[in-house]
Amino acid sequence: MSYFAGIDVGSLTADAVLIDETSNIISYAILPTGHDSQKAGTMAFRTALEQAGALEVDVAGVVSTGYSRGRVEEAGNSKTEISCHARGAFYYFPEVGTIIDIGGQDSKAIRVRPDGRVLDFAMNDKCAAGTGRFLEVMAGALNAPLEMMGKLALESTVEITISSTCTVFTESEVVSLISQGRKPPDIASAICRAIANRTSGLATRVGVADTVVMTGGVAKNRAVVKMLSEKLGHIIMVPEEPQIIGALGAAIIAREGGS
Amino acid sequence: MTEFQAASKMRELMTEYYIEAKTTKEKPIAWVTSGAPVEFLYTMDVLPIYPENHSAMCGAAHKSLELIEAAEAVGFSPDICSYARTDFGADMTKGGPIQGLPAPDMLLCSTNICKTVIKWYEVVARNYNVPLFIVDTPFMHDGLTRDLIDYTTTQFKNLEEFLTGFTGRSFDLDRFEEVLKFSLEAANYWKKILQLGKTKPSPFNSQDTFIHLAPIVTLRGTQKCADYYKILYEEIRDLAAKKVGSIPKEKYRTLWDNLPIWFKLRRLAEFFEDKKCALVVATYTNSWGGLGDDYDPKNPYEGLAKAYLSVYINSGFEHRINYLASLIDEYSLTGFILHSDRSCKPYSIGMYRMQEEVTRLTGKPGVIIEGDMCDPRVYSDAQTETRLEAFIESMEDSE
Repeated sequence: MSYFAGIDVGSLTADAVLIDETSNIISYAILPTGHDSQKAGTMAFRTALEQAGALEVDVAGVVSTGYSRGRVEEAGNSKTEISCHARGAFYYFPEVGTIIDIGGQDSKAIRVRPDGRVLDFAMNDKCAAGTGRFLEVMAGALNAPLEMMGKLALESTVEITISSTCTVFTESEVVSLISQGRKPPDIASAICRAIANRTSGLATRVGVADTVVMTGGVAKNRAVVKMLSEKLGHIIMVPEEPQIIGALGAAIIAREGGS
Repeated sequence: MTEFQAASKMRELMTEYYIEAKTTKEKPIAWVTSGAPVEFLYTMDVLPIYPENHSAMCGAAHKSLELIEAAEAVGFSPDICSYARTDFGADMTKGGPIQGLPAPDMLLCSTNICKTVIKWYEVVARNYNVPLFIVDTPFMHDGLTRDLIDYTTTQFKNLEEFLTGFTGRSFDLDRFEEVLKFSLEAANYWKKILQLGKTKPSPFNSQDTFIHLAPIVTLRGTQKCADYYKILYEEIRDLAAKKVGSIPKEKYRTLWDNLPIWFKLRRLAEFFEDKKCALVVATYTNSWGGLGDDYDPKNPYEGLAKAYLSVYINSGFEHRINYLASLIDEYSLTGFILHSDRSCKPYSIGMYRMQEEVTRLTGKPGVIIEGDMCDPRVYSDAQTETRLEAFIESMEDSE
């Protein structure tokens, strides 16, 4: 049995997915990227191999993606996150038309063709507002765990608004809201809404199709998904593990001979 | 980047030009904008000097940032055009590859490229206490109209009077005709060169033409400029005939809209070559190729008015969209790149809509990248290259 792997080394996490010849997901790993992106990619790959009880020689093809895609030694080829998210989302939802991916330092909207390939895409401008890093900084300011931000936001009772134009300014805005005695759930909700508002503009730019899928780490935040869905007036599908979609897409491209 | 044999000739021309500018005792110096009617200046033996070209040179030499910072330190906003900031900084610090430009004796500014130049040249006029002549070329929302032509022609007559007063000499019509002839000849060779990009594979790429643009910007109206483009044309024509491409394996053919990112010219050239993507046409370099289209020997003023009004960024949105679509067709392109230049607002405004429309008209994918011609702080290699790579993947998928 041959395996195929996709390794996605982004700014926050390094993810690896192992699939078999018929594209069944065998194992995956999500590790923090840290300071050494090359090592992080290797570690994620090895962890996925270990979980599958497989060896590197069992892997017939590896494709890398993410910001450090050019620094993954194990990969025979690399593809951008845009193509990989499209293929990964298509795997779960073959009817997908629009993908919204919010990763560590990029947010993007992708229009997909019926065969799962990219038709058009739009990305955030040179600014981290509305990305995973933005959410991470705000969680830090609120002293709340990142993975709890969505749950916290959904407990909000009073709507407040914060600007979504700049991570640094928003952070000081959050600090001042805390000092004004505003409640953490309300602040968390305002932060999530800022992300949803900013991202909805990208989605509208490429066009919102019937089936909208959200991928990337921020898709785990239920408040952002709910607000984005309300803003777009559309149901948003989220794969079981949205964070591995880029790596999954890379593995699928590897299986198709892209390496 | 392609090293043409003619390149050494160009370097010689540009060096001579700047040496003359720095040392001349006889000729008065005029600082001018890139879209100004310099034919009037060459006729009157006034030497035109281009702060924009100089800023581009500073950007390509990776010297623009320190100059920009110097300008911002005295209060110029980071939102102002980076050519202007580079120019202010170079003037204040005498920094950059040629230690600043020689002081102007007069200024000539034309608004066909943007409106920032008015304020920019007013600053320079105050600094040096020299006269400023502004040619107000109205924006062509709906094409060229009689009113626009008359309005601009009148100003050219006023410019002539201004120059007569400034130099104390009369305007020599024979000399003017000669200058126009050289200007026309250079523009026509330039145009013929750019059209060779239609050849598959393209014998040059737009990164090359950004470099070889310098003489037509600065020396337009001189014989040596016309001679230079004749040599360059013949060299590129022969390459095209032999089917020698500018990159070893041309697979994708694209258009570049807006100014170059001067400080990334080489890195991007290598990036595109690696991806087998040739940039075969650019709206920016094309702007100087159309200058000869409206030449009319019987009515030179009106011909010039039409030419200087009709530059790409002085024309309406619909015209620009149709123009891009026609280039995609004529040059058999597989996609198009829109550089949203933070400094150049008139060039960048409306790009999202433009991308949508051009794709609708041509069926070809496009990408918008965020950058700047001279300010490296607003540019990110990783972000831009990811966008460009995804764009190339989408061209691959479209095959």
